[in-house]
Amino acid sequence: MHRSLLTRQRLVGVFLIGVLLLYSPALTLFDRATEWAGFPLSYLYLFGVWLLLVILAAVTVEGGDS
Amino acid sequence: MLGPNLIVVYALLYLGLLFAIAYWADRRADQQRSVIASPTVYALSLAVYCTAWTFYGSVGRAASGGVGFLPIYLGPTLIAALWGTLLLKMVRVSKTQRITSIADFIASRYGKSQLLGGIVTVIAVLGVVPYIALQLKAISHSFTILQRFPEVQAAAVVETIPILHDTALHVALVLAVFTILFGTRHLDASERHEGMVAAIAFESIVKLVAFLAVGLFVTFSLHDGFADLFDKAEAAGMLNPFIASAEHGYENWFSLTVLAAFAVMMLPRQFQVAVVENSGEHHLRRAVWMFPLYLLLINVFVIPIALAGQLAFADSDVDADTFVLTLPMLHQQAGLSLLAFIGGLSAATGMVIVETIALSTMVCNDLVMPGLLRRWKRLPPEADLSHLLLRIRRGAIVVILLLGYLYFRFAGEAYALVSIGLISFSAVAQFAPAMIIGLYWRGGTHSGALAGLLSGFGIWLYTLLLPSFAKSGWLPAGFVEHGPFGIELLRPQQLFGLGGMNEITHCLFWSMTFNIGAYLFFSMRRAPNVTETAQATLFVDALKHERPGGIALWRGKAEVKELQGLAERFLGAERAQQAFRQFAERRRLPGLEQLPADAETVHFAETLLAGAIGSASARVMVASVTAEETLGVDEVLHILDEASQIRAYSRELETKSAELEAATAELKAANEQLKELDRVKDDFMSSVTHELRTPLASIRAFSEILYDDPEIDLEQRRRFLGIVVSETNRLSRLVNQVLDLAKIESGRADWQTEDVDLVELVRQACEATEQLFSEHGAHVTQSTPQGACLVCGDRDRLMQVLVNLLSNAVKFTPEVDGLVEITIDETEAAYRLSVADNGPGIALTDQRNIFDKFRQGSGGTHKPVGTGLGLPISRRIVEHLGGRIWVESQPPNGATFTFEIPRKSADAQGVGENDDQESPDRG
Repeated sequence: MHRSLLTRQRLVGVFLIGVLLLYSPALTLFDRATEWAGFPLSYLYLFGVWLLLVILAAVTVEGGDS
Repeated sequence: MLGPNLIVVYALLYLGLLFAIAYWADRRADQQRSVIASPTVYALSLAVYCTAWTFYGSVGRAASGGVGFLPIYLGPTLIAALWGTLLLKMVRVSKTQRITSIADFIASRYGKSQLLGGIVTVIAVLGVVPYIALQLKAISHSFTILQRFPEVQAAAVVETIPILHDTALHVALVLAVFTILFGTRHLDASERHEGMVAAIAFESIVKLVAFLAVGLFVTFSLHDGFADLFDKAEAAGMLNPFIASAEHGYENWFSLTVLAAFAVMMLPRQFQVAVVENSGEHHLRRAVWMFPLYLLLINVFVIPIALAGQLAFADSDVDADTFVLTLPMLHQQAGLSLLAFIGGLSAATGMVIVETIALSTMVCNDLVMPGLLRRWKRLPPEADLSHLLLRIRRGAIVVILLLGYLYFRFAGEAYALVSIGLISFSAVAQFAPAMIIGLYWRGGTHSGALAGLLSGFGIWLYTLLLPSFAKSGWLPAGFVEHGPFGIELLRPQQLFGLGGMNEITHCLFWSMTFNIGAYLFFSMRRAPNVTETAQATLFVDALKHERPGGIALWRGKAEVKELQGLAERFLGAERAQQAFRQFAERRRLPGLEQLPADAETVHFAETLLAGAIGSASARVMVASVTAEETLGVDEVLHILDEASQIRAYSRELETKSAELEAATAELKAANEQLKELDRVKDDFMSSVTHELRTPLASIRAFSEILYDDPEIDLEQRRRFLGIVVSETNRLSRLVNQVLDLAKIESGRADWQTEDVDLVELVRQACEATEQLFSEHGAHVTQSTPQGACLVCGDRDRLMQVLVNLLSNAVKFTPEVDGLVEITIDETEAAYRLSVADNGPGIALTDQRNIFDKFRQGSGGTHKPVGTGLGLPISRRIVEHLGGRIWVESQPPNGATFTFEIPRKSADAQGVGENDDQESPDRG
């Protein structure tokens, strides 16, 4: 029970990280017409954050099992 | 190469495969070997979120708005992180109360209200029908485009074709048949469709594979990877990479996210797969990351395809919504084109099947049933209603799909795909306040939910749906431009003069403001009534207890027969009887006849019915065959309170019984120990008596001789009396030692703690035993360090130990050249005093128990003299002083007895003093 409560709280943390990176002025830092290794910076940033959120969520819920 | 007929054959083959999968999964479910009881299948089934709107429409939106389409997938990604609480609560509540649709959920939360369920159903149907129309449109358009392969038709020219030849109508009818086969083969009490879920999970894989295949082809075969594609787009001035570059970029970014986050939980099909079809709460864990991962994968190639399409069709007016299909066609890829078509087909059919099943359940339970129930009040219904229920659902499926077709036929051309999707999202978002606030706040009432839903829905109708009608030419355009009757303030898309945002954000802002505002305002006008309180507690506290039991909030008169009859009518006789039998078994009753008509049974019957006809109707039906007494709010709260107390008590009981078990185990161990001690005591007693008897016997024998024979000569008499005296001495020594040992063991001994110098002690002991040594003709040598060896202890007791060791040693020395060596060694924390003799030594077996009572060394040629208590007493003394005693011997080379006493230090002193203080307590 405690374990799952902790997991739930961590997931809320992941949610807050996502909100911060995607819906705060932090976003404007990367929302620019700059290129990085041939990719527009904003694409790289958005998909990077997305992947990060998926990984964080996966580690949070699956990592506890081992 | 790809004629219309061949495409139809492929499409039907694909649908046939889907049905085979569903059939197989249903069969497996009947055999209790469910294929969908897997977290991965659950996560894949959630991907029914990605419809044709995703498959074709994302590219269209990316072509015009860059990354602006992403929030539709970022919203669900973010909200998925909250599923651990939010969705878990919804699943838990729905399983306990057998909730089978979102209408049922909201109706149930606010006191099982038929009105509320009906309104939610109407909103859902009106909001979702355009969305279904969109899927039909996608299928029929993609078919129209593909059948001209390899020629890419510029704009999709929609000629007026007679209705009967319209592909979309055929598609709608085929899908209706399919959905009926999938969804309403039988009436299930929990409204779960294993076959359908398996098919949907499969469709999710198909559409992902198809989209990735097109994406890989476009990015790596037509171009040299992402960077190359971006370069070319940049050169052509098509790259529109950042959010701020779009009009109202950030506003849309935010509002679309909110909208999508709501939609992924409130869309009827999402509720169906995520909550109703959930077969295990632990499946949520994987969905939390796998579903966002799916969304990420299906979006990776959206922008590349959009850019490549714009590059390829720069000078023709091919609709960006069709790039996924037209790009492979342009490059003569027949196989890939067909795969793309099948992918789009799977995305569309998946959505249509689940959405219509979910809507048909809602229409049947929350719109048709209440009407029928009213009619049955006047006109008693036929006996078996389960077939009627199935007929209603099948009818609802056909009607919903035909409505979708009609919407497509008459209005569908007005908008691009993406806009229709967002109109639907905005409609179902109206459920969010009543759903989500209701899960966490007890204060929400029926009238609050009703007011919130109606006002939110009204705003949606006014600011989104009516303008879309106006754009389709059904309403005068002036309605949007100048407001109704020319009232500028009421212009639908600049309500109250609020302009400067796009229509979706505008609608979201006003509808949520009115929805939440009305919900809170009307909820707080009065306190929740009885049923609202009861339901609020069940919903809000759903996660508080591991296994929430259905709390039976009911009091009145009922007949089990009538309840069972009611269930039989709706579920069929066989299913109902089986359910009741299982219920009786769960209550450990021998048969149905013993089932009492109490609150629990009534609650069971009501939940059973709720699975088939919805909670609100079930409540009405149960009320019609029972005589219920009204409970007051206080009583309800009392019952709920009691229920939670009972749970608390049972938890407490569990801990108590665990404690009890532990105590029992301890007692058992203690008892074993006591038995062992008792046995030792018995042994000791018999040894003591034996030891006492030997000297007594000889004293008695010699005394009798002296008594009987007065003629005995003086010499003889002296000898006999000498024996008597020595045996008496031995006897009193024995008794003293037994008493001494008992005293030490019981802790009543008197300990005089003082500083003792071991060197001095050795000297005194040698003096005391000098006589003994000279009798045995043995020598004693001392090897002690310079200076004093101070320990803390009882001088007399230590002397007793040392004398005992010395007298033992001397007893075993050989008759000639007997030698006893006394040595004192220093260690870091203690002094070690050893007494070594050159006697025969002690066998290894005897070494172990030589310190036990009445065990004497037997190594000598003669019987050793002594009581057998000296060493046990010595051990007790040494141990009491915080030291230890042991023996080392390698026969026949003598034996060394050694004891170790801690040096006098602050610590050692502490130990001694503590023991001193404890001693009186033990007595």
